[in-house]
Amino acid sequence: MQDFAASFFEAFRLVLGLDPGLIEIVLLSLKVSMTAVFIATIIGLPLGAFLAVTRFPGRGIVIVTVTALMGLPPVVVGLVVYMLLSNAGALGPLQLLYTPTAMIIAQTVLVVPIIAALARQTLEDLNGEYRDQLMLFGLGSLARLRTLLWEGRYSLMTALLAGFGRAVAEVGAVIIVGGNINHVTRVMTTAIALETSKGNLALALGLGLILVIIAFAVNALVFLLRAAAERSAYA
Amino acid sequence: MHEVVRSGPQAAAKPILPVSAERLFVRRKGRVLLDIEALTIGGRGTTVLVGPNGAGKSLLLNVLAGLRAPDSGRVLWNGEPPNRQRYCRFGMVLQRPVLLRRSVRANVEFALRAVGSSAEQARAQAHRALEAAGLLALANASARVLSGGEMQRLALTRALAAGPDLLFLDEPTSSLDPASMQTIEAMVRNASEDGMRIVLIAHDLAQARRLGDEIIFMHRGKIVEHAPTDRFFGAPATPEAQAFIAGKILI
Amino acid sequence: MFTSLRCLAVTLTTILFPVATVAAGEFIVLQSTTSTQNSGLYEHLLPGFEKKTGIQVRVVAVGTGQAIKNAGNCDGDLLLVHAKAAEEAFVAEGGGKQRRDVMYNDFVLVGPSADPAEIGGSAQIGDALQRIAHSRAAFASRGDDSGTHKKELALWNGIGVDPQAHSGSWYRETGSGMGATLNVAVGMDAYVLTDRATWISFGNQADHRILVEGDPALFNQYGVVTIDPAHCPNVKEAAAERFVEWLLGPEGQAAIAGFRLDGQQLFHPNAKNGGS
Repeated sequence: MQDFAASFFEAFRLVLGLDPGLIEIVLLSLKVSMTAVFIATIIGLPLGAFLAVTRFPGRGIVIVTVTALMGLPPVVVGLVVYMLLSNAGALGPLQLLYTPTAMIIAQTVLVVPIIAALARQTLEDLNGEYRDQLMLFGLGSLARLRTLLWEGRYSLMTALLAGFGRAVAEVGAVIIVGGNINHVTRVMTTAIALETSKGNLALALGLGLILVIIAFAVNALVFLLRAAAERSAYA
Repeated sequence: MHEVVRSGPQAAAKPILPVSAERLFVRRKGRVLLDIEALTIGGRGTTVLVGPNGAGKSLLLNVLAGLRAPDSGRVLWNGEPPNRQRYCRFGMVLQRPVLLRRSVRANVEFALRAVGSSAEQARAQAHRALEAAGLLALANASARVLSGGEMQRLALTRALAAGPDLLFLDEPTSSLDPASMQTIEAMVRNASEDGMRIVLIAHDLAQARRLGDEIIFMHRGKIVEHAPTDRFFGAPATPEAQAFIAGKILI
Repeated sequence: MFTSLRCLAVTLTTILFPVATVAAGEFIVLQSTTSTQNSGLYEHLLPGFEKKTGIQVRVVAVGTGQAIKNAGNCDGDLLLVHAKAAEEAFVAEGGGKQRRDVMYNDFVLVGPSADPAEIGGSAQIGDALQRIAHSRAAFASRGDDSGTHKKELALWNGIGVDPQAHSGSWYRETGSGMGATLNVAVGMDAYVLTDRATWISFGNQADHRILVEGDPALFNQYGVVTIDPAHCPNVKEAAAERFVEWLLGPEGQAAIAGFRLDGQQLFHPNAKNGGS
């Protein structure tokens, strides 16, 4: 119990002191995970949309696969990305191992299935409701899809937030491909793992608290943006 | 009251009428849902589709609108297969209208933009249409929070705004209170008087009498009678129609 | 939808992250054991070198076994670990170019104060392990092919005990790093072998303390291994060599000797001048 009190104290000390090391780590965490979610959106949203509105043989298998991949173990993704980016691997010449880019790649792999699977479900449900009406508007298939994406924007935003939550909280993949290098690839989760291994449990928990606060802040920001968007839409 | 506005690119679109059906046949799980030898919708006026539940009225309308493909047979719009993008002067209000998650005004503007109006034209046309429908006060409200009657009115306004030559209405007043029903009927009547060809499904025979120039009576997927309103109600030719008008259950 | 999302992301990115990665200047990747990082040695050591040469040293801290594997994959420019036999094998197999002694400290056997196997004060590690095996008291092993793990297995081997036959009963293999294994040992009142530096800097000692130390068999030698450019053409040979020279030279050795925690010296420099 003493540790919990101490960890709150650590968290406050770090936040109030605007510890530059902490700020660097927090910013890198946000940069890596937001970029990963952004790229995963560019890949996952069209994939989900495609699966939602098309019918082809084997579609069920693809959907089950994508949905199952939501449970990809981060360590496995980390290993696979490591083996690809390693100098001994196929993409070794790119020299990306132990860089934030490598971490973005690993997290993107983790997030794409989440966004694709959740977007597929959202858009398929919406399409069931909207299809006839959008046909009656005389929209072609691309315009229909664009309308579905816009109409489902808030549900889809939740899918992106789920992806962000997964990315910013995972440690298994980024510690392997990033290497937890101080000032280069150290993010919140790998810092927490490091402090835990040093036996600095209060500090580790304090960092954990800050991570939760950041996740809360990101979600609150999106919530407020949504509220503002709705207000301006119906003002 | 309601003024059919025909301007913008859709004014130059190809005329959709006549709409005809030849040997339409739809079967699901061994049951015949639709079996139409021939039907042509042309000319002027309002046609009301009546018949017991499951007679195939909605399905027929959907097939004629090109939303469902029949198992066999064909639908022709002015001699060509249905193509909503080429024949944009066609409107339909679904049984459960789908309103976009936007404002009332944006719903109407969206439909107008979809048939090629410029943003400016769409704004002006939407304004006039909402005004005519008495929805101007709600223009900026979210479409998804309207009452049932307001939703139907908006759906109808949205369909009318582009000034279609042909309008399908699938039970536009079901589950509405009398005042809302009257408003909708007035809008339909005005549109019809302005020369719009209307096909409407009605459960309420009194409404069919009020709005219909002619009646199509359907039973078990077939058109059993197709007659002017007065003749249909005054002297129904078939025992099924007689039983239906008398309020007897048909299976 | 796409437009506005993209706008949002781009705006956020530009607002939040004008700070790109620290990419300025030259850097080398040092594949290292966890004990050196967890103790804080690198924070003490590296700034002096980086300031002098402008070469940034990026430390990837993993177990010795994984560090050697990573280096074998050419994912590091230098190796600093503590398993001499494995290091020499790495050189012999062609991955490493040259192995040199850097410093030493020692391993200690840590356990609960209650000391159920009654090993406290043993001068000989073999004797202590024998008692643990006899009493079947809980013992936490790294089990991760690290330098410490190799050392521990060698010690068991020296007394003719095969602890892995008891894996799952009193012998608990964590398969984790030193810190994680210490947390486990503290949590289950188990004995554990650790390097002294990690133990002294470990923040969660609870009721555990050093029970056996000082046996010459517990000597822990750290070595630095350069990577053979014939095996890894991309290796930053010159920069790595510069770091090795600095580390083994008077400045680096003095810096190692000067690293203290709680008044204790954690590593003892013992580079042979001019290398071996």
